[in-house]
Amino acid sequence: MAADSVLIRTEGLTKTYRTGRVEVNALCGVTVDIDKGEYVALMGPSGSGKSTLMHLLGCLDTPTGGRYWLGGQDISTLDDIELARLRNREIGFVFQSSNLLPRLSAQANVQLPMVYSGVRPRERARRARELLELVGLGDRTSHRSNELSGGEMQRVALARALANRPSIVLADEPTGNLDTRTSGEIMALFDKFAAEGNTIILVTHDAGVAAHAGRVVRLRDGRIEADVPGQSSIGNRQPEIS
Amino acid sequence: MLLLDLLKLSLDTFRTHRMRSFLTALGIIIGVMTVISIISLIQGMNHEVERQISSLGSNTIFIQKFAWGMGRLDFDEVGRRPDLTMEDAEAIARLATIARVAPQRSRTIGRINYRGNKATTVDLTGSTPGFATTANISVDAGRFITSDDSLRKRPVCLIGGQVVDDLFPNEDPVGRRIDFEGKRFLIVGILERKGSFMGQSQDNTIIIPLSAFDKYFPLSQSRQARIFGGISIQAMPKPGVPVERAVDDIRELMRRRHGLGFDQPDDFGINTQDTLRDIYRNITRVAVIVMVAVAGISLLVGGIGIMNIMLVAVAERTREIGLRKALGATNRDILWQFLLESVLLSLVGGFIGISLGIGIAKATELLAHLKAAAPFWTILLGFGFSAGVGVFFGIYPASRAARLNPIDALRYE
Repeated sequence: MAADSVLIRTEGLTKTYRTGRVEVNALCGVTVDIDKGEYVALMGPSGSGKSTLMHLLGCLDTPTGGRYWLGGQDISTLDDIELARLRNREIGFVFQSSNLLPRLSAQANVQLPMVYSGVRPRERARRARELLELVGLGDRTSHRSNELSGGEMQRVALARALANRPSIVLADEPTGNLDTRTSGEIMALFDKFAAEGNTIILVTHDAGVAAHAGRVVRLRDGRIEADVPGQSSIGNRQPEIS
Repeated sequence: MLLLDLLKLSLDTFRTHRMRSFLTALGIIIGVMTVISIISLIQGMNHEVERQISSLGSNTIFIQKFAWGMGRLDFDEVGRRPDLTMEDAEAIARLATIARVAPQRSRTIGRINYRGNKATTVDLTGSTPGFATTANISVDAGRFITSDDSLRKRPVCLIGGQVVDDLFPNEDPVGRRIDFEGKRFLIVGILERKGSFMGQSQDNTIIIPLSAFDKYFPLSQSRQARIFGGISIQAMPKPGVPVERAVDDIRELMRRRHGLGFDQPDDFGINTQDTLRDIYRNITRVAVIVMVAVAGISLLVGGIGIMNIMLVAVAERTREIGLRKALGATNRDILWQFLLESVLLSLVGGFIGISLGIGIAKATELLAHLKAAAPFWTILLGFGFSAGVGVFFGIYPASRAARLNPIDALRYE
């Protein structure tokens, strides 16, 4: 097993939500490895636990049981500040909807992660413009985000996710609110970044979106039901050398 | 996260919620404004009162039927007290610690007419030559009362600047005669102007010999006359003698003269400048306490307003908080963001309050001719108070925001 290429490793990850007297087992023991450079789709019907898994992988939430290593580091040993730092430097998020700050310009939104990582203002602005250029919004930098279309907002979110050059991009239904044509454009961007060697994890219930990935992990009732190579040639898992 | 970024964030919020921010800061504005203006005015008043009390003659002792004070006077009891007499004054004058004594009586004259001009509510004082020293009086023109005047009960008088203005706008009063209360008096001198004391002109006054006063205005037997109309005595200690020692001597003498047993209270009052200062301090202490309480309540209400708005802001921006945390904001970043917002809000309120407070003090200075100084420490106090309120009432909403679980915050609708 190529240890240094493993970016994400979970062992028997569980998550139980308690609402009043009812306990809901959202995840019941998920063990999965994801390598650097993989392009993975987490699929499953609603309630399968795919969003919960993404939140755990993104260090937004803590597991009830099991262990999780990110880049070789055991997450359970980290405190609040270290987790924030991890989210800031190692993870880029793209959420389904309203995940930009409406009062800020596109550029200011892209700069947010760099604000928290302490990048100097001039450097932030330069990098943000460069990223917006990259997602095809070079002419929209000063638009407020509530003046942008849904597709444009997701482009900004994607640019923001890449701001601190994270090791993983986590996207939760990134095309959930978009029409087919715009979805296609957004997915083309994901494909492009995956092809450049970025590790991308897509959470989706849309087989069309999952088809872009090099690996598809199917969840059902909090367990991994299937873990198969995808239809895409991008971000395929390296064959294991024994 | 840089301070500059935090500042920009807060200013941005104020810009989007102008009206709300202003209304929130209003409580602080009013509170700080009250503190600053009241302190300035009281400082000005202290200054003025001290100046006026000193003008009374720095160590003059006033022996009267009752002690000055804030409490209610028991008129029946005071009315039964023995009158002070010329003999009392002479006995006090013989004390080793006393340099000068002046007995006096006074009353108010309703109206004086002189060739179509009139003066109203003039203070008439009858006294002896020593009065010039004990009451700190100088003569501007002419002469003061002489012992000869006293001996012969001469109808002569000195008039104050206000009386000069009212009755003799265009002529020299010395040598003229004026009539009041049915008697005719020769003006022999003009008193130097003293300005006003506690808002009352000290120049609307006439001084005549005490003997003439007794002759023309004998003491009536009404209770009011017995309390206020009789002789009071002003005494001045010898140079180098502390006022307290002279007061002790006078007290002992008067108790002996009145035949008081050791367990009986004084049936007279001995008053000094310090008595006035004590009274003044008592009055202002209450005023200061009331004002500080008002300002405190106002700051408290303002602070609660800030806390309320900050809690609303935290609820409103829960998703934003979740998003910021997902992007790498630490709890501390979020805490600072909201704390700085509430502190800035109350500091801006404090700044406006200080400006308004100084403005009010200045306006009063112009209207009331009172020197209202806003000492530098009151400005620091204003800023300190508002910053304190901002921190105290901002810390709870801010820490609530900081403790939000990112995933719950992101899911919040």
